Amino acid sequence: MHNMTLAQLAAALQEGRFSSEELTRALLARARELDAGLNSVVSFAEEQALAQAREADARRAAGESGPLLGIPLMHKDIFCTDGLRTSCGSKMLDNFVAPYDATVVARLAAAGMPMLAKTNMDEFAMGSSNETSFYGPVKNPWNPDTVPGGSSGGSAAAVAARLVPAATGTDTGGSIRQPASLCGVTGLKPTYGRVSRWGMIAFASSLDQAGPITRTAEDAALLLGAMAGFDERDSTSLDEPVPDYSATLNEDIRGLKIGLPKEYFGDGLDAEVGARVQAAIEEFTRLGAEVVEISLPNTHLAVPVYYVVAPAECSSNLSRFDGVRFGYRCEDPQDLEDLYKRSRGEGFGAEVKRRVMIGTYALSAGYYDAYYLKAQQIRRLIRDDFLRAFEDVDVIMGPTSPSVAFRLGEKTADPVSMYLSDIYTIAVNLAGLPGMSVPCGFAEDLPVGLHIVGNYFDEARLLNVAHRYQQVTDWHQQTPAGFE
Amino acid sequence: MSLEKKDVERIAHLARLAVDEADIPDYARDLGNILDLVAQMDAVDTTGVAPMAHPMEVSQRLRPDEVTETDQRERFQAIAPKVENGLYLVPQVIE
Repeated sequence: MHNMTLAQLAAALQEGRFSSEELTRALLARARELDAGLNSVVSFAEEQALAQAREADARRAAGESGPLLGIPLMHKDIFCTDGLRTSCGSKMLDNFVAPYDATVVARLAAAGMPMLAKTNMDEFAMGSSNETSFYGPVKNPWNPDTVPGGSSGGSAAAVAARLVPAATGTDTGGSIRQPASLCGVTGLKPTYGRVSRWGMIAFASSLDQAGPITRTAEDAALLLGAMAGFDERDSTSLDEPVPDYSATLNEDIRGLKIGLPKEYFGDGLDAEVGARVQAAIEEFTRLGAEVVEISLPNTHLAVPVYYVVAPAECSSNLSRFDGVRFGYRCEDPQDLEDLYKRSRGEGFGAEVKRRVMIGTYALSAGYYDAYYLKAQQIRRLIRDDFLRAFEDVDVIMGPTSPSVAFRLGEKTADPVSMYLSDIYTIAVNLAGLPGMSVPCGFAEDLPVGLHIVGNYFDEARLLNVAHRYQQVTDWHQQTPAGFE
Repeated sequence: MSLEKKDVERIAHLARLAVDEADIPDYARDLGNILDLVAQMDAVDTTGVAPMAHPMEVSQRLRPDEVTETDQRERFQAIAPKVENGLYLVPQVIE
């Protein structure tokens, strides 16, 4: 069962080959056993998952059917879950049990998906390797000496290891796409405002988006369809109709115009990764697509701009963790200031503290114009580069990450080198566009991801393009040794 | 950009973060490196460019001023570190 995709599981459940309860039990047992070497899970939700599975079976017995009814998934531990700890990978929230479900959690529960577990992640989603988690790093199933990427590293590793057919992730600067790339799975970051952020613990509110991590584009279409849609409880949710993403997966892509930004294939890109991406693009030309060289001249500014905007917004968002209303509180505070400072100082890890301090500095009196305002101005230039490109092309392609999975500990001593591993993904968040990573080969026996970027609300086209590619390749079907 | 110990202490105070004395040199170096990265922005002429707060230029939605939430104080306070009589307890602020 664990090798079946969402689409295959849906058919098997509908045919009555097994029940949701049997499926859920089998996956829980497998995840319990195999996660010991991966650390992709922070909390299991056995009893709740089995109750949800029995309910799904009852719904099916009553005549209901649905593409996700009875299929288990895991949620990144950034989504609030009523009654089950939501840690966000932080000591600050190690004791936090949310009194409500995030909209994404509620929607997928309503679709009948039992939640098996909450997945490990970089603390407050700040990291590109899953090494900043309070619960320790996640191992990449392809090689346990390497990182799975981050911040949704637990979700990507769990899907890659066949612990679960699908998981949710969030992406502020690449946190769905980069781990999907490094773990050899399919991940999609939707258009900003496409999926509700309500109940998703905020990192950088103008960038955060939730999306699916699956093995195939076909599955990503199913999951995104259930996650997306207007939510009045998220003030940045956009009221746009949700298309049937599955209906257009097989559309012909002859004549598709693919833009290749010359800036994405220059210095800093691993030669083998570049070669795999080029080979994928040749595959698309065989499918009838046209390739156009384009330029996104402000690409080199994306990382600098991001490291003002994201920390500034994080320093504001994380001010709510004060040791008073929920979360960690220090022992024996001497006065109110001591309570704030020690609760935050002891509750946050080093990377979170670095970003809170950078953001605080950038927003402090006398520095706002030079940092935050300047970054927001350049952000427009970066967005405008994309808008100009999309006048001529349908999608933009390149590498998701400049290298394959790096070794645990390799970049922890130098935060800036870690930040540069998101060089291709960050601009997409700054522009609010949808982006996807699809497995496209291997380098040094580790997966390589193809990055596909679309225009606003063009998720259906990304999924169509990725699905057509997956019909003629089998990179997405490769399984790491020991997890077959 | 190099930051002094007192710069780190000032920023940590503004952020209400207790930072171990021994860690200050590392923070000074790391924050300095991040600010060096960010300094690439200085070379860009942004005269006349409007700052972009939202990629699709959407502004915050308004809703009617109606009560939509019910009182769940006990439920929300059940996860607080210290409460008494419906109030959050902190060290004494006013003598």
